[in-house]
Formats: sequence, C-alpha cells, structure tokens
Amino acid sequence: MTEALTLNKITSQKGISIGEATRLIADLGWTPSYVQDAMAIPTDYKISKPPRDPMKQVLRSYFPMQEEKDNRVYGALDAALRGDMFRNVEPRWIEWMKLFLAIIPFPEISAARSMAPLGQLAPGDHLRTGFTMQMVDEFRHSTIQMNLKKWYMENYIDPAGFDITEKAFGKCAATTIGRQFGEAFLTGDAITASNIYLQVAAETAFTNTLFVAMPSEAARNGDYALPTVFLSVQSDESRHIGNGHSMLMSVLKEPDNHLLLERDIRYSFWQNHMIVDAIIGTIIEYGTKNRDKNKESYAELWHRWIFEDYYRTYMLPLEKYGIKIHHDDVHEAFDSIVKKGYVHKFAQSISAGWWATFWRIEAQTERDFEWFEAKYPGWYDEFGAWWENYEKLSKPGSEIITFADTGYVYPHRCWSSLVPCVVREDFCVDEVDGELFTYASEVDRWTHKEAFAAEYQGRPTPAMGRFSGRRQWEEVYDGWDLADAIVDMGFVRPDGKTLIAQPHMSFEEKDMWTLDHVRGHTIRSPLLALRELKPEARAKHVEDYRKGFKIRRI
Amino acid sequence: MSGRVMEQEQRSAAAGAKTFPGSDSRAYNYFEPKGRRATHYEDVTVDVQPDPERYLLQNWIISFGDGTPTYSKECTALKSSDWHLYRAPDQEWERTHYQRQSTICGMIKNVIDNARRAGAPRRFDKAWVKILQDHLGAFKHAEYGLGTALMRAQRYGYTQMINNAILTNSSYKLRLAQDLTLYLGEIALDIEGFDVDAGKRNWLENSIWQKARELVESARGAEDFLEQYFIVNVLFEPLVGELFRSGFVMQVAATQSDYSSPAVISAAEADYERNLANTVELFATLVRDPAHGEDNRRLLQDWFDKYSPIATQAALDLQPIWSQPRVKSAQFAESYASAINRLQAIVSEIGVFSTQIPMPELQVAEPVE
Repeated sequence: MTEALTLNKITSQKGISIGEATRLIADLGWTPSYVQDAMAIPTDYKISKPPRDPMKQVLRSYFPMQEEKDNRVYGALDAALRGDMFRNVEPRWIEWMKLFLAIIPFPEISAARSMAPLGQLAPGDHLRTGFTMQMVDEFRHSTIQMNLKKWYMENYIDPAGFDITEKAFGKCAATTIGRQFGEAFLTGDAITASNIYLQVAAETAFTNTLFVAMPSEAARNGDYALPTVFLSVQSDESRHIGNGHSMLMSVLKEPDNHLLLERDIRYSFWQNHMIVDAIIGTIIEYGTKNRDKNKESYAELWHRWIFEDYYRTYMLPLEKYGIKIHHDDVHEAFDSIVKKGYVHKFAQSISAGWWATFWRIEAQTERDFEWFEAKYPGWYDEFGAWWENYEKLSKPGSEIITFADTGYVYPHRCWSSLVPCVVREDFCVDEVDGELFTYASEVDRWTHKEAFAAEYQGRPTPAMGRFSGRRQWEEVYDGWDLADAIVDMGFVRPDGKTLIAQPHMSFEEKDMWTLDHVRGHTIRSPLLALRELKPEARAKHVEDYRKGFKIRRI
Repeated sequence: MSGRVMEQEQRSAAAGAKTFPGSDSRAYNYFEPKGRRATHYEDVTVDVQPDPERYLLQNWIISFGDGTPTYSKECTALKSSDWHLYRAPDQEWERTHYQRQSTICGMIKNVIDNARRAGAPRRFDKAWVKILQDHLGAFKHAEYGLGTALMRAQRYGYTQMINNAILTNSSYKLRLAQDLTLYLGEIALDIEGFDVDAGKRNWLENSIWQKARELVESARGAEDFLEQYFIVNVLFEPLVGELFRSGFVMQVAATQSDYSSPAVISAAEADYERNLANTVELFATLVRDPAHGEDNRRLLQDWFDKYSPIATQAALDLQPIWSQPRVKSAQFAESYASAINRLQAIVSEIGVFSTQIPMPELQVAEPVE
C-alpha cells in the first residue's frame, strides 16, 4: 500500500537546522574595538562563562506563536462577555482583582527593563535571544494585564477602584508591598535583582502560586477571564525560568560568587515568600466564595509548588555546586503558613485597614468558617471572632473595626518586605545607622542590616541596593485624620464623599460608607511611636507585641 | 437588622445591574489623554511606571548603592518640564506589536520558501551573490548592534511611553538582524560556495564597514540613553540603514534576478517609518519644551555635530558597494543625496536646525547599464 500523499510532503524543503540557526544568531555579536559599550547596571558578581541558550528558539517562530496565544486570549474575553460572565461572577473575587491588577503590571514592566543589564552582563550573545523574548514577553504581560483590568472596569458592576488603578498603585499601603516586589527586580546589584530575585525566585518558584493557583481559584468564582490571561502569561514563564537557570549556571562557575549567591538566594526566597504568600494567599483564601473541601488550601498549594517543586528539585541541587542553601528558611516559611497563620493574619490586618484600600473586603461568614476550620484546625478559635466583629461593624455608622474595642493591636510594618509584622512572635527590632527599625522576622532583619549594605561578611558590595524613600505608609500619614488621608489618596468615588473601599458587598447607596463615617480618627505610625519610647519602654513594647492578642467578640 | 449589611439580593455582577456612586465610572481617570478621549494604547501604557511627582506617594523605595533611585531623570542630559506628555505616534502595545511582527515573519517566510522552491537563489547573478554574502552579511551585524543598544536604552526612560517605544524599536531591530541571518543561512543551502561567516569578517575587517561599525559602537557606547536613541534613528538609519536598504538592495536586486532580498529587507523600511515617527515626536517635544527647549536643542545639535561626521563618512565609505553589481541600476550619488535630504527633513522636523546640510561633490563613478 502506498503512503498517503500529504501537502506537507509536496511542499517541504530542506531548511536551516535549529542548531545552525542559533549558532549564526549567537554569532551576530562582536567585541567592540572603536567605542566600549556603555556601562551596565553594576554588579558585585564576576561573570566569565557565557550562558547557554536552553530554548534555541528564534524570533521568526516566537512572534507568530505569541500572536496565536493572543488571539486565544482576546477571543476568550469576547466569549466571556457573550456568555454573560459577569452575571454569575462572584463580586467578592473581582474586588480583590482591583488590588492584584493594580500591582502586577509594574513588576512585569520592571522585568522587561531588567533584561537590559542581563543582556549586557552575560558574556557572549548566546542568551541574547532569550533575553529579547523575555523583554517583549514582559511588555506583553504588562499591557495585556492593563487591558484585562480595563475590561473588568467596563463590565463589572462596580468599576470604582479600577478607574483609579495606577494612581492607587502609587498611594496605597498594600500596593507598596507590590512596589517592593517590582522595584527589587531592577534596582541594586543587577544579578541580585534581575537574575536571582526575579528569575530564580519570583519566576521559577512563585509564579506558580501567582499565575497558576490563583487563576484556578478565579475559575471557581465564575471568572474565566483571569485564567485565560494569566495561564497565557504563565506559558511565557518557562522561557524566563530557562533564562534564569542558564544565567545562574554561568554565575555559579565563579567560586567568588558563592557567598553572594548564598546571600541573594536567601534574601530572594524569603522576601518572595513574605510578599507573594501574604497577598496571593489572602486573595486565594479570602477572596473566594468557593468552599469545596476537596480543593487544596494555600498551604497545600504551597507545599506542592514551592516545597516539592521548587525547593526539592531546584534549590537543593544547587548544593552540589557548593552553594549553601538555608533549609531552615524554607521550613520556617512553610511553618509560618501552616502553623503560624501567616496568610490569615495578613488577611486580618488588611481587613483591619479596609478604609485605606480601594476595593471592597467582604466579611467571612459561617460557610467560610467551616472551610477554614477543616483546612486549618483551630482557625475559628483564633480568627472567628474577628470576622464576626467585622461583619457586625460593616454597616455605615458603626465603629471602625480598627478602633473598636476588640483587643486588636495595629501592626508594625516590616522595614524589609513592607508587609505588616503579623506573626507577632517573630517580630524583632534592630538599629541600622543609629536608627531603630522594625521587622517581621529575623530574616527580614538580616535582609536590611546585613544583605542590603555596602559590605557583606567583610566583602565590599558597592553595587548592592539600599532601602530608601518613605518606606512606611503610616509614617507618611502620621497624625492625619482618616478622612483626610483617604481624600489625599483619592480613594473617594466621583460624588466626592462615598468611599471606594467598603467592608461589604452591598451595592445599595444607603449601605455605603462616606467620609463622614470615618472622620474623627487619627492615623499613627507605630514605628514613630516606638522610636519615641525610652529603651526600657521600647523593650517592654516589643515583648508585649510578641505576645500577640486575643480578639474579643463585641 | 443583623450586622450583615448585605444579603445576596443582588444577583448579577454585570455593569449596570445597580446604580450607586461610582457605578458609571468606567474609564481610567488619572491621566490626561492626548486627544479628546484616551486611546487603547494610552489606557494600557500611561502611568504604569510611576513617578514621585505624580502618584508615587512614598517615592522610590529601593535605590542603587550610590543613592540613585529606581528611575532617575539624570539618565539623560535632556530635560523636560513634563516627561509624561509624550505619546508614541505608533500607539504600539502588545497586541499590535505581535500582530505586526507576526505578519512580517509570515511574509518573509513565505517569500523565502517560495523563492527557494522556485530555485530563485541559484539564478542570482554571481557578483550579486558575493554582495549578499559579504555586505548584506555585514549589515545584519549593524542591525543587531542597534537592537542591543536600544535594549539597554529601554531601561532608563522616565516614563512607560518612552521606554516602551524604545523597547519595540529594539524588538524590530533584533528581529531584522535575525531575519537577515536566517535568510542568508537558507539561501546558502541553495548556492554552492556561499560563505555564511563572510559577513562577520567584512563587518569586522572590511574598510567599507568600519565607520558604520564605529557608529554602531557609538550607539552602544553612549551612556545617555536618549543619545543612543538619537544616534540610531536620527543618524544611522537615514545615512546608513536606509541608504543601504532602500538606496541599494531594494533598487539593485531585481536586476540581479533577485526578488527575495528586497522583500526580506523591505520590512525594515516600514519598521523605521514607525520608529522614526516615535523618535521625532519625542525629540520635537523636548525641543518645544517651554523651560528647557533651547538647552535641549543645543544638546541635540552637539550630538549631531559629534556623530554626523562618523555617520556621513560611514555612508560615503559604502560607495564602492554600488560599483560591485554586474548590472548597475542605482547610483550612489542619488542614493546618498536622498539620504542627506532625509536627514535634513528629520532634523528640521525635530527642530535641531534648519540650515542646509552640506552635500559633498560626488563623482558618478558607475554608469547605469
């Protein structure tokens, strides 16, 4: 029997092999002889071994592939509207997208910018195509996410919060945490920032919770748009993970780099944990209405994606190259989620400051309690009263929960991660350059005092970044009335009085809080207050803070 | 009433299901559109990179070791009263970028596949084959060098609009460098003796290309990211890039039995029209700046004075290439005059100066056959 004739057999012709194509493309570079290249972003690392290109893809196939992915994304968004997605979507979920999508385009575009130093610092030109694709990918992610947010704004019942999104990103205490994440991709030592923090930690480990676990939860809440966009985004991440690993292997070759690698892997893993787990954990567990007990909790997701996939198969093998891995940090991060209620305490703290946000935070109710208790035994005893109080105080005119007599202690903010110091027993303080700072944990203290310094274990590290700016939101508004701060941030609806943030999901005007409801309370910076105390009083305060609190029902 | 404010009487979460304060606020309201209404490009681009002078309440929260913040106005010597005014005329965002790049990739692939299937490369004039091997082969390195210079430059702009315009420019240049590399690699499969490595040797050693290489290395070497952008689009492109692409390859190839090379390289001309529009708009905005316009104009003039001799010589050094085809269908003098006119139009449009750029006396060495 003769073989069937196919069009492909008729039209195929011998082409250039992938190996030869990538060889020729890698040979496009040269060593300049007339003018030396401009300075790259500085690094304290030495890099002499050219990184290899693990993907061996060329732009000619990359652009059509990406266009096809885009076509699927935009087709799905159209289909979601035709299918009346917003009729059935859970508002509790979409509200949290106001936070998430305010943050994420900036880290994305920061990643695009960070391909500049990596492209310059990598010896040879083998990985330049990989960096080019990542640069364009990140541009894709940033604008596709801005487009998704615009789409929510145009089609969801309450657009307030989406309409001020990039302004809100610059103003809100919660988004500052995201700015710490995004700025860390491209500021300071170029290898620390763009290779280790961005590619090796954020992209290789934490995009799994960001861009895989979270979209799954979106789908459970009737939101098919987020999975469509973000799984498409995640499909680009494998390329970035490859870039990162290849660059890391190049950096590893130089024994002089090992001390810095130990520092940077430790800092990057821990801070990614602090930031991503706080925000994404909260969105997944507190932004959902789905309480299927068969689904994985965030702790279970973390164990699968971070502990098993990343720690065991990516971090641990680095030891054979002589890199010290801080196993205790990984176990501590997991324990903080499973045993110390890190995500729950962050959710509690963000709901305590609901008035300073630009989205609605709904109370957790009995159905939610049951799920939490099943997944995190003992949860109700620790957090049940808080959410019952929160619901009771969600009616406008009620006492603001932050100031109500519940026993809650407004948290200090960590100088390193900018996340509130919610695991009270881990709270610590230290002095740097004669000034007192507060930290969520020992690793955060180490990050500020030892890692982000001009010298590390006796080795000069002039390229390392520094923490700067007015890092603590509470310090900016210390002494301000709540209402004035909210107006200053612009978190007010177009009528000039109704808050964008609401502690409930009612869309009735009568149920909505206005500036008048929150006026009369003053914001205080816990750090400034602590600095004013005498040493003995400070020590007592720290000791008391570490004891935590017990919420009283009101 | 119990503490619960809201029971789910509200079933639909679709726009318009309820009316309440803010329920009709369905446009990004934190920036001034350039036109009457915000374009899609503006919506997905403006203010994604924040600025302490706009909404960045707490300022940049990480700095470099020397105290420089994440983004700094000091990355260029040009000044602006408002960096946020700039909008890229090509309005490119991810979807339009991929659509355009993908269309070009498809077009080029079809042209090359069909030409090879038809046996066209084997019919190229022999002298022309050597020109493609040596000079188009050298030129691909120039495009690559410019793409990498712009990849660096896209890090430093003070707004998202500027950085994204430079990013897409880099993407176009690097795609073209690969287009040419793969094209030459593919026709080499059909042309006996075609040396795919000759282009790099010519780029590094042939005196014809050395000033062009110096100019490209100047673009890679400038510390000021807008100086890099200026060298690429104001000087290299009209005087060397277009001169070689439009003024030579696209005019001469057909008479050498080559219809594929002009098609492959033509995409670059369309790329440049967009990148040039972005460039002119940016620099013209800075020259028109009410507070810094004249200082900016003088700096652009300085850059012009510094690099135009290299660019002009780079262009003139290419002249021998026009003599190499067996069938001569273009004159260097004409192509060069077009390049100078183009440069004149660009600097006038930006507002750098309006005086006439001198045109050297060129001997018409090559008779048209």
